[in-house]
Amino acid sequence: MSKRIETTDLNVYYGSFRAVEDVTITIEPRSVTAFIGPSGCGKSTFLRTLNRMHEVIPGAHVEGEVLLDGENLYGPGVDPVRVRRQVGMVFQRPNPFPTMSIKENVLAGIRLNNKRMPKEDQDALVESSLRGANLWEEVKNRLELPGSGLSGGQQQRLCIARAIAMSPEVLLMDEPCSALDPISTLAIEDLIAELKQKYTIVIVTHNMQQAARVSDTTAFFNIAGTGAPGKLIEVGPTDKIFSAPDVQATEDYISGRFG
Amino acid sequence: MTALSHAITQGSLTSGRLPKFATPVAAVAGAILGFALAVIFGGGNLGLAVLLAYLIFLVAMEIAARVIEGPRQAADRRARHLIVGAFLLALLPLASVIFEVLSKGMARFDIGFFTQSMRNVVGKGGGAVHAIYGTLYVTGMATLISVPIGLLTAIYLAEYGIRNRLSKAITFFVDVMTGVPSIVAGLFAYALMGLLVGPGTRSGFSGSIALSVLMIPVVVRSSEELLRLVPNELREAAYALGVPKWLTIVKVVLPTAISGLVSGVILAIARVIGETAPLLIAAGFTASLNNNLFANPMMTLPVFVFDSYAHPGTDVQAYWDRAWAGALTLILIVMLLNLIGRLIARRFAPKTR
Ligand SMILES: Nc1ncnc2c1ncn2[C@@H]1O[C@H](COP(=O)(O)OP(=O)(O)OP(=O)(O)O)[C@@H](O)[C@H]1O
Ligand SMILES: [Mg+2]
Repeated sequence: MSKRIETTDLNVYYGSFRAVEDVTITIEPRSVTAFIGPSGCGKSTFLRTLNRMHEVIPGAHVEGEVLLDGENLYGPGVDPVRVRRQVGMVFQRPNPFPTMSIKENVLAGIRLNNKRMPKEDQDALVESSLRGANLWEEVKNRLELPGSGLSGGQQQRLCIARAIAMSPEVLLMDEPCSALDPISTLAIEDLIAELKQKYTIVIVTHNMQQAARVSDTTAFFNIAGTGAPGKLIEVGPTDKIFSAPDVQATEDYISGRFG
Repeated sequence: MTALSHAITQGSLTSGRLPKFATPVAAVAGAILGFALAVIFGGGNLGLAVLLAYLIFLVAMEIAARVIEGPRQAADRRARHLIVGAFLLALLPLASVIFEVLSKGMARFDIGFFTQSMRNVVGKGGGAVHAIYGTLYVTGMATLISVPIGLLTAIYLAEYGIRNRLSKAITFFVDVMTGVPSIVAGLFAYALMGLLVGPGTRSGFSGSIALSVLMIPVVVRSSEELLRLVPNELREAAYALGVPKWLTIVKVVLPTAISGLVSGVILAIARVIGETAPLLIAAGFTASLNNNLFANPMMTLPVFVFDSYAHPGTDVQAYWDRAWAGALTLILIVMLLNLIGRLIARRFAPKTR
């Protein structure tokens, strides 16, 4: 249920603008990998190439390879829709579907894809996904109410439940806690620690403590200046990156001496 | 003046306030004065009286507010009173139309009007059932044609053809279509049916085509705007769940925008249901009920009103009464449509809470 991601010399473009240059990285299964780096260095852009969400933006394209357990996501004949069913994503801002109830939101991956599922299985899936996202106790009595009526932190956990209900191989999270209070943040960090038993997790964060707390591996991205492409500077075990990084820029960024 | 207003202003954060009853008192005083002046100098002209009353009210409030409250509050009051004045002025024609249509239309707003046609009727009696049916058939068909075409075009423009050449061209032609005079739409439908079926063909369906030409651009424009309002985050949320684009549009984008889409369609219907000229040409007129959209002329309410008013027989009053009743019916149909649209919109609106 969990796959390894490898990219080699990945270049990511918005039209003719190269936003990310030559990223080569291996993301281990059943582990948490954190992407850190200054704003605009291409973390979100790179993350979105891992489930082919990048190409949704008009003019955006990718050069290079992304291997999911050896299979190239950008190979000929690969269907992005199938890729996204294996690689789930949680966005920076919680985005539950406003027309759907809490329950329907969790089942969105199934309902929207017109898949049939017996009622009992649906209920079981809703419960297990919401439990998996640490939300079950809070919403079990109001599953039929709209998802947009929840608090921001609850909405974000609802989005996580929606993503894990698809039982993906990989879960990508783009600053999932940036709009949340410390308590909801903690709840989501606990959740990430649990989820990594089953999934490959990639998380983008601006919070150094968060990266240090939740991740096994940390990747530092940086940018030479405005208009220059973002690059992967250094990647390694989180302990090492935070205590003795190889590159000076990493140390400067982590210790706050950056820019 | 500043000295005076400072004298009244207490403290640095508080300022003098006009009492609540100042506005109604000024309005009544203005009205009395205005009417008195109009009677004395203008021979009791009502329009002049209202204008004078309004001006007196404005000046009185301006002076009072300036002296007691200061220049900023005075400007606020002035702007508010001007806006209310403009609003009432804009409301005037609407109120007058409704009053006129109601008072004159009630004379023939009876059962006979809704059960009889004009077949073999030359004087009193008769009704507009043929025109009411015709209007419902013709606009219904026009809606059936325009909504799919308009909505699909809007979906293409907003979801697929973003910034490409084809969508720019479509947008341009839709804009051109918006400006087509309605009589041209009627001539187009008449000519088209003339070519397809035979010269001189008039039918309800031709009328529907003429109305569609007018309706499609309205539907495209309003639907496109609404689809663009649907946040991109929702589309991305669906894509990230492995939902194909077309299912995302059908199951996420359209339901999110549905209430606005429905209102847009209703407005488009309301826009064309009162069209007279194109229907006169394309659908023609007749005195009897025609339940077949595809053959023979079909009467519609606007044409009925026009015809009764323009060509009254010997009993002029009977024709004019029917014309007003027809106009009243048309207004009621549009109001009913708006009501239904609102109910549908509320039923489907995204739930919050
Ligand atoms: N839709 C887009 N079209 C064009 N350029 C874009 C688009 N989105 C991002 N970019 C550019 O790509 C570069 C990388 O942006 P990205 O959003 O990946 O940065 P980030 O590292 O996620 O920053 P942050 O930490 O602020 O979220 C930036 O220079 C940005 O201006
Ligand atoms: Mg980002």
